[in-house]
Amino acid sequence: MTPVGRFLVRRALLTIPVLLGVATLVFSLMHLVPGDPAQAMLGDGASPQDIAELRASLGLDRPLASQYGAFLRQALAGDLGRSFRTGQPVTEMIAERVPATAELALAAMTVAILLALPLGIIAAVRKNTLVDHAAMTFSLAGISIPNFWLGPLLAIVFSVEFGWLPVSGRGTVAHLVLPAVSLGLALSAILARMTRASLLEELGELYVRAARARGVSPAAAVLGHALRNSLIPLVTIVALQFGAVLTGAVITETIFAWPGIGRLLIQSIGFRDYPMVQGCILLIAVTYVSVNLLTDVLYGVLDPRIRLE
Amino acid sequence: MMRLGLIIVVVVIGGALFAPWLMPWDASVQDLPNRLQGPTWQHWFGLDELGRDILARVLLGARVSLAVGVIVVGVSSLVGMIVGAVSGYYGGYLDQIIGRVMDVLMAFPGMLLAIALVAVLGPSVTNVVLALAVIGWVGYARLVRGQVLRAREFEYVVAARALGAGTVRLLVRHVMPTALPPVLVQATLGMAGAILSEAALSFLGLGVQPPTPSWGAMINGGRVHLLDAPHLTIVPGLFLAVVVLGFNFLGDGLRDAIDPKKGV
Repeated sequence: MTPVGRFLVRRALLTIPVLLGVATLVFSLMHLVPGDPAQAMLGDGASPQDIAELRASLGLDRPLASQYGAFLRQALAGDLGRSFRTGQPVTEMIAERVPATAELALAAMTVAILLALPLGIIAAVRKNTLVDHAAMTFSLAGISIPNFWLGPLLAIVFSVEFGWLPVSGRGTVAHLVLPAVSLGLALSAILARMTRASLLEELGELYVRAARARGVSPAAAVLGHALRNSLIPLVTIVALQFGAVLTGAVITETIFAWPGIGRLLIQSIGFRDYPMVQGCILLIAVTYVSVNLLTDVLYGVLDPRIRLE
Repeated sequence: MMRLGLIIVVVVIGGALFAPWLMPWDASVQDLPNRLQGPTWQHWFGLDELGRDILARVLLGARVSLAVGVIVVGVSSLVGMIVGAVSGYYGGYLDQIIGRVMDVLMAFPGMLLAIALVAVLGPSVTNVVLALAVIGWVGYARLVRGQVLRAREFEYVVAARALGAGTVRLLVRHVMPTALPPVLVQATLGMAGAILSEAALSFLGLGVQPPTPSWGAMINGGRVHLLDAPHLTIVPGLFLAVVVLGFNFLGDGLRDAIDPKKGV
């Protein structure tokens, strides 16, 4: 097997115990419910017969090991049970919401990259000047402003005052702007800081000075030489921040009534629809693990040094 | 910036500690005829949907936020330091097992696991603290483990071991002090994170329950009145953002002071 092939197989194999651990933790969630989950789902007024029926349908009347085995088998087959609220299969309901969340996450990451790259580049090139300090203060402010506050603020200005953008829902590109900006801003702040740090490191390298000595213009030396190399670690940061985007989406979707998985999760928590909660959490975690795996693989393929570690 | 951060943090802690004496109004007194009133000379930040003074509620909310932050950071850092030190010092199977547990916890993005835990345990401040500590210790453990791995090979540590120092003495007296500065930085930034997370959970209705004031819950409550009384949303959010910014400034400054190379 080629070194790349060996690296890919090893990296993929390492993911299996993590996924098993994630599934185990998600399975245990239902058993962390204080008292009887079936009782909690049905409420205090439920008859003992209803509770017994729900316990049977959730498999709670079986031994724990058998429940666990069944959960793993069914999850592998893509069966996460049925929603307590609607009776629909959990996977079916989640699948309906995936495009909305994917659209929001991609839009937010695009906003973040479009804001962060110029900001980080300017800050690095103009290191220790007023521009740099302003860019980094803006960036720290961006990290500190919670998206559940920024969202309503943006809505006050752009929807209520100016009437330019719809305040909630999904459909047109206009609907996407406010959720994407409120979700992407914090990410852009982190990325801008990383871009600056990564670019500063490259700007100090000899090859950049050599390029300048050969007569390459300052802009070409930064954009054509240093930036290209500084982008490699940034790919990892973007991928790692994907998790923050997924969590942020839970809140952003709630604020803007965006019909994605995050909103489904919060609604399901409200209805104590535990199978649905488990399904949403499992899907988000598995997506996150997969994105990290893909990033590692991509990084290893691009940079042979990583494969040797 | 570090100085600004320190000033913000000191002012907020002072404000929270002395809230009962600073508050011009009782946070629970309702002035229903004047509900949703904007800022006035009497009520600097206006009244909320039940006619309660927003400044008084924000000050009380600061107590909740800071208390949650301190407990979460305290518990997470203590557990993380112990686990990280044991894992890094002993290595072997124990390190492997702890490493896998941390991998699984890190496989959940950000606050998702906290949301899940509070969702099943039920919304309350105690469960918020528990959930945030469950996800919080991992960062400290990884940090300390790395430091301990490095420090256990230092000559003075090897010398102390050769002189017959016991494991606990070695860890506490010689190894752990090298890990404390980065832990302090992480704890300061962790305060910002814990305060934000508590506010986010309360915003989602999973954290502090009414009538106890919490910044997150206040922002959420204000959303219904975005059109007629935006100050209900703006004021608690502004306080939250400034406090988080203060801790971030302070943590950033501390990091630069401890290790200027890492200053981003």
